[in-house]
Amino acid sequence: MSLDSARQIQARFACGEVSAQEILEASFARIDAMDDRVGAFLTLMRDRAMTRARDLDRRRASGEDCGVLAGVPVAIKDNLCTRGARTTCASRMLADFIPPYDATVVGRLEAAGAVIVGKTNLDEFAMGSSTENSALGRTRNPWDLGRVPGGSSGGSAAAVAAGMVPIALGSDTGGSIRQPAALCGVVGLKPTYGAVSRYGLIAFASSLDQVGPLTGSVEDAARVLRVISGPDPRDSTSLPQALALPERLEGSLRSLRVGLIAELDTDGVDPETRAAVQRAADWFARSGASVERVSLPAIDHGIAVYYLIATAEASANLARYDGVRYGWRADRSDLLGMYRQTRDQGFGPEVKRRIMLGTYALSAGYYEACYQQGQLVRSRLRQDFEAGFERFDLLLSPTSPQTAFALGEKVDDPLAMYLADVATVGANLAGIPALSLPCGFDSRGLPIGLQLMGPALSEARLLGAALAFEHAHDYAGRLPAAIAGPVQP
Amino acid sequence: MDSSLDLVRHVARLARLELTPEEETTFGRQLGQIVEYVEQVQAVDTSGLEPTSHCMPLVNVVRADEPSPGLARQELLANAPRAEAGMFRVPKIL
Repeated sequence: MSLDSARQIQARFACGEVSAQEILEASFARIDAMDDRVGAFLTLMRDRAMTRARDLDRRRASGEDCGVLAGVPVAIKDNLCTRGARTTCASRMLADFIPPYDATVVGRLEAAGAVIVGKTNLDEFAMGSSTENSALGRTRNPWDLGRVPGGSSGGSAAAVAAGMVPIALGSDTGGSIRQPAALCGVVGLKPTYGAVSRYGLIAFASSLDQVGPLTGSVEDAARVLRVISGPDPRDSTSLPQALALPERLEGSLRSLRVGLIAELDTDGVDPETRAAVQRAADWFARSGASVERVSLPAIDHGIAVYYLIATAEASANLARYDGVRYGWRADRSDLLGMYRQTRDQGFGPEVKRRIMLGTYALSAGYYEACYQQGQLVRSRLRQDFEAGFERFDLLLSPTSPQTAFALGEKVDDPLAMYLADVATVGANLAGIPALSLPCGFDSRGLPIGLQLMGPALSEARLLGAALAFEHAHDYAGRLPAAIAGPVQP
Repeated sequence: MDSSLDLVRHVARLARLELTPEEETTFGRQLGQIVEYVEQVQAVDTSGLEPTSHCMPLVNVVRADEPSPGLARQELLANAPRAEAGMFRVPKIL
């Protein structure tokens, strides 16, 4: 059976056409057939999933409504806590960590009937843009197995792109949902900061982190967002009011004002990506929207601001890994030596680089010039977005300045890897929602991602516009040739 | 900082990271480049701006001060690298 649409799977399950166990077997069959090549998963949760599926089948047989995601297999990024199932952050530090509780989003998915099949690979502690910083495995792009899936939610993006699951959760601190979604040809949404609970998301940069869906279609992204969003007493940064997401998304573009961001439409963007974004902008103009170029000058400082603020917050958040209460501990008899060696052995190179950069930005003598100046320029960037949204309902850009790059291409040049986040970090710094969806393929057959950004809490507008674009094109729901072919359970 | 090597030693000490000499050399070079890049923010005119620490329209969210059950001690100790008699065991401090 096809696993590309959560909506269809739930409908077929609800009317009794297919059982939750059959759906789950199809998902595992596809994972078993191709994950040795793709490497999307770090942990499979077969027993928990089968128990859940049998329970759903029993409940459905007794006439119960099992929820809007009933029977739908989902993959969870391995920085979201799953009670009783190891949650590693793709780090040696947490390689054996078994959380004693579920993240709020995990509980909400299960309450809506979803079946969690496993935990997906990521850049260690979500720090990276290629998933190559994982200490526990390599993930390949299903469209070209010699290329990266993007990151840090690379495993979640690859699992959806390869048709193993219709939906997955990721987290996005500077583009970690949208960029892998773009590179793997799926839909990825970073919600407004505070729209989705962060309880049980292992912290990277607390003022920027958000959980969101990666899916095969815009409609499924909306469906997942309805389930996972809303206030949570366990996260004091979750917004007190729920997101207003209508059951049926408004797909009309009439009188919509769309701005094409000038700073992200330059020679720094790959020509084929740039052309695909221009074609998308032209389509919006033909479909009733007005489209103009708009300048947001502070975007040019986005990477610098982001890597000051995100690393400063990370250096504080990751101070908790001291070898005492959980995680890796070095075998040393002196306390300070134990701390220092635990952290040297437990963290990989990118995590150490970021902890050190963040420590530097917060250190005496550099705090004002680095961290505080970063916070001020963050305010400038927010002002630029606010001014942009006075004139425009939506802002358009590429999600990534290039399509999927080769494995190993940037691993020795951290700064080059950082610069690839230029289009995505702005939404996190401004706290606004942003969505990536496929808008074409380059001459190598690799997917190109289009980014839509809107003001805070404009998810319904973003999803509506994205849905209209998706319906008018045939980029969504394609399976990559590299791993194509149906797999029977 | 005088040199990138001094910089990396200083911040590694603050961050409680014990680096090998090879790591000091590599990270020193890389951090030097990254710091040079991110310090471009110093050239931006930020007069009249207040720093953003977060984008939330919220202040001081408090819950009702009512006792509720927490996680079980045994469950929490299960992840400890070393535990003994219901406590975390750590190297000698004094």
